[in-house]
This record gives sequence, structure tokens and C-alpha cells, in this order.
Amino acid sequence: MRAIVSVLGQDKPGIIAHISHALYEANANILDITQTVLRDEVFAMTMLVDLSAMKVSFEQLKEQLDAAGEKIGIEVRLMREEIFKSMHRV
Amino acid sequence: MIDQRDILKTIDMIARQNLDIRTITMGISLFDCVSDDADVCAGRVYDKITARAKNLVKTGEAIENEFGIPIVNKRISVTPISLISQGCENYVKFARAMDRAAHEMGVDFIGGYSAFVQKAATAAEVRFIDSIPQALSETGIVCSSVNVATTRAGINMDAVKRMGEVIKESAELTAAEGGMGAAKLVVFANAVEDNPFMAGAFHGTGEGDCVINVGVSGPGVVKVALESKKGQPFDEVAETIKTTAFHITRMGQLVAREAAKRLGVPFGIVDLSLAPTPAIGDSVAYILEEMGLETCGAHGTTAALALLNDAVKKGGIMATSHVGGLSGAFIPVSEDAGMIHAAETGALTLEKLEAMTCVCSVGLDMIALPGDTPADVLSAIMADEAAIGMVNTKTTAVRLIPVPGKQVGDYVDFGGLLGRAPIMPYNHNSPREFIARGGRIPAPLHAQRN
Repeated sequence: MRAIVSVLGQDKPGIIAHISHALYEANANILDITQTVLRDEVFAMTMLVDLSAMKVSFEQLKEQLDAAGEKIGIEVRLMREEIFKSMHRV
Repeated sequence: MIDQRDILKTIDMIARQNLDIRTITMGISLFDCVSDDADVCAGRVYDKITARAKNLVKTGEAIENEFGIPIVNKRISVTPISLISQGCENYVKFARAMDRAAHEMGVDFIGGYSAFVQKAATAAEVRFIDSIPQALSETGIVCSSVNVATTRAGINMDAVKRMGEVIKESAELTAAEGGMGAAKLVVFANAVEDNPFMAGAFHGTGEGDCVINVGVSGPGVVKVALESKKGQPFDEVAETIKTTAFHITRMGQLVAREAAKRLGVPFGIVDLSLAPTPAIGDSVAYILEEMGLETCGAHGTTAALALLNDAVKKGGIMATSHVGGLSGAFIPVSEDAGMIHAAETGALTLEKLEAMTCVCSVGLDMIALPGDTPADVLSAIMADEAAIGMVNTKTTAVRLIPVPGKQVGDYVDFGGLLGRAPIMPYNHNSPREFIARGGRIPAPLHAQRN
């Protein structure tokens, strides 16, 4: 299963470190990363991750990412890739 | 990887523009429950519903969690009870069995306490219709509907007359809850068999044993998309709505397929409806206002709604393999912040709403009237709507709530998705003798298409 991790929040050091650490602990493999600083220093990052060898449940990974996001004051979402593919690709 | 802008756009639609799946509705056939003993039959109804729907809510929540898209309601629709209970005497037992099963399954509503009497009613159907007020007052989440007209059969004016009284009785028996009984009762012309939306959902006779139908929503997304098109011609407006409806519906199709696969049940249809909620920013009225109307209800509203309804269908139809249900724009007054505001200020009247129902997907929906509105006035409003449905070969529905003890200027609050409505005035000239005639209004000439 592949999923998209999306991160939105005020730009600050350590965002990628915290999120990728949470993914590493769950044995989720990062396939691709895109990041931009949007207007007013809002940081946006999207990661494509492979969850096929994941050691925890989808629910647990979501909680761990939430916890990592909360620690550094950013919004983190984990959503299956199909939702974006179905909406934006014919 | 998918373009980051597309990912952020989707997240923005969900997080800030109220994009959601309004409902996953499981349709369940009850034909194999038939018996001439009400206890046996109602027992089988309970068993069948709980067997088929036991994983519905859990599956809905799992999809919500993994795909990150809210699924607001999980619902059940069943074969119209009047079709399986005609050999029995006590119909309310069936409503109680439905209610108990639905509560146990954790769903939000169950629909199908329904009858089809567009041409005439059998003796059992007359008794069934008589039982509706009690059934709605003794149950919590059971919804009822009665089809009184079709383009092919004409309008059964005896049924229209009786349904005016049934609505009054349903409201009076639930007076303590603002006449909530009437909010769970829909009177249809040209009812559809695969509608996932309440209160009018039922599992039609042409359906299989069990099916998953999905209703999408997202008026907020359409409104935001139009904000960037200020002052541009209608061609541009229509294109923007079509593109947005396409995206919304693709999401509905994905969720419907996924739910059907996980539940081991065939996928039925996606209903391409723009269904508002009372939340600010989730209003169909605001879309019409975004097109340039000062307030919903102003002259021009019907044209704006016609464009919206058409563009939603054109955009959505390519995004799903099977379109069905009501598909279009809903205009339930109490469930739409913009409609509520327009009705409060007097910009939106019952007459304008009636005109709007000629071009939208359904009809006069969630309209609160004074508690002392005569039954024949309710019947006459129904007859007007049924005529619009019959002549235009479209579904029309009437969900009127004569709120006991309330007058124009008062409010009724049903809470949740049903929202809050101002009591609206009606035309006080009497249709009594018109409604007293009974009989049938013949089907229109264009019904003869063979």
C-alpha cells in the first residue's frame, strides 16, 4: 500500500527530521519528497511512502505522525495514495 | 508522484471547504422475509438487516481513516415495507424492527417504511399509510416515504389528500420534538429506486439482494472554485462547476468501489448530489449568490440553479461508471445556512422555492410551516409539486413540517444535519374544495411514449 504524508505549518528546522524519524520507526519507506515554502512562510511538504513492509497498523502510524507533528507544531496527514490519483488523474 | 499542488488542493477541499462523502447507504432486499405473521416477518427483517449490515459502520470508518475523507453518514435502505407486509395486520412492528436493527448497527438512518400508491392503494396500503404517524413517533431513526404520482400513472389525488393529514398527524405526535416525525417523511412523485439520501431512501424492487450506493457532496468546493471567476460569462461558470463536480465524483466513485469490495457487496451507483449542511461554507444558496445574486431567492435564482444542476451532472457523469439516485442540487431550507438566511429575510418564499424545484434535483425540502396549517393546504402544496414532477418527468419530493404551536416568525431546531428553520408563511386562500375532489389527475400526453 502506498500513501501520501502531507505536512503543513510554519517553517522551522527539524520538520523533515521528525517526520522521517516517525516513518523510519514504523519501517515505512519514503519513495519521494517534495517541499515548498508557500506564502507567509507556510511550509508544505508531501511524501510518497510505501507501507507494504510497515511494522505497525495504518491507524498506529497515523497516531505516531500526529504525535510527531504536535511536538513541532505542524499539521500532518496520512492518506492513501488512491484518493489523489482518483481525483486528479483520468 | 502526484503533483504537490493537486495534493494540497485536495487537502484544502477536505479541511477547509467541507468536502465529504455525505453517505454510504447499504440497500437490502427484504423480499425473502415475507410471511403472513407480522412477528415472524418483522423478526426476519431484523435478522436480515443485522446480518447484511454488521460491518457497514466499521468499514465506513476504516475507509474514512485510511483515505482521509470524512464519511458523514452511514445508512441503510430496505425494500418498501408495504410490499412485504401486506399479509400482516400490525405494520408498526416492522418500523420497530427496523429501528432496533439500525440502532444496533450504529447507522444514522434507515429508510424504507414506504408505499407506492401513484395509481391507487390496496386496502393493506391504506392501512399502512395510516400507520406512518405512529411508526415515526415510536421510532428514532426510521424514515418513511410515499410515492403519490408518476409521469406514467398521473397523480393519485386520494393519496395526496390523505398524505396532508398524515403529515399533520406525524408532526402532532412528535410535537415535543418540533414535529420531527414530519421531517422523516417524504412524499414523492417519480421516486427513484437507488436513492442513498434520506428521508426518501428505499431499496427498489428492481434491485438485487444487497448493494452499496454512495452520495457525494461538496457545495463549499463549488463555491470556492467560483470565487476565482467573478464577473466572467456563464460559459466559464458552467465549465468551472463541471470540473469541480468531476473531482468530487471521482472521490465518490473510489469510496463506493472500496466500500463495496470490502463488504463483499455489489457497487450500485454514485448519486452526484450537492447536498448542503447547516455548516457555514457548505451551502448551495451561497453558490447561487456567488454567481451574482444579492440573496438566494432574488429574480434570477431559478436560472442560476438550472445552470448549477446541469453542470453538476455533466461534470460528474464522466467520473463514475454508474450514476443514479437523485443527482443534482438539493435545496433543503433548514439544512442550508444561505437558504435559512434568505428565508428569514423574506427574500426566499415558498413560491420561489416551488419554481426552483422545476430545475433542481428534488423538491420542497425541509420547509417549516405554522403548526395550524390546514391539511388541505399541505395536500395542495404536494399536488403542485407532484404536477411539476409528473409533467417534467423528474423526481419531486415534499418534506413539509407543520411545527405544532409555532407561527411565522418562530424557529424550529432539529439539530444535526436536519438543521434549524424559520417558520415560513403560506398562501392563505383555501384549496379545500380542490383537494376534496379526490380521484386521479391523468398522466400527461407525453407519458405515452411507446
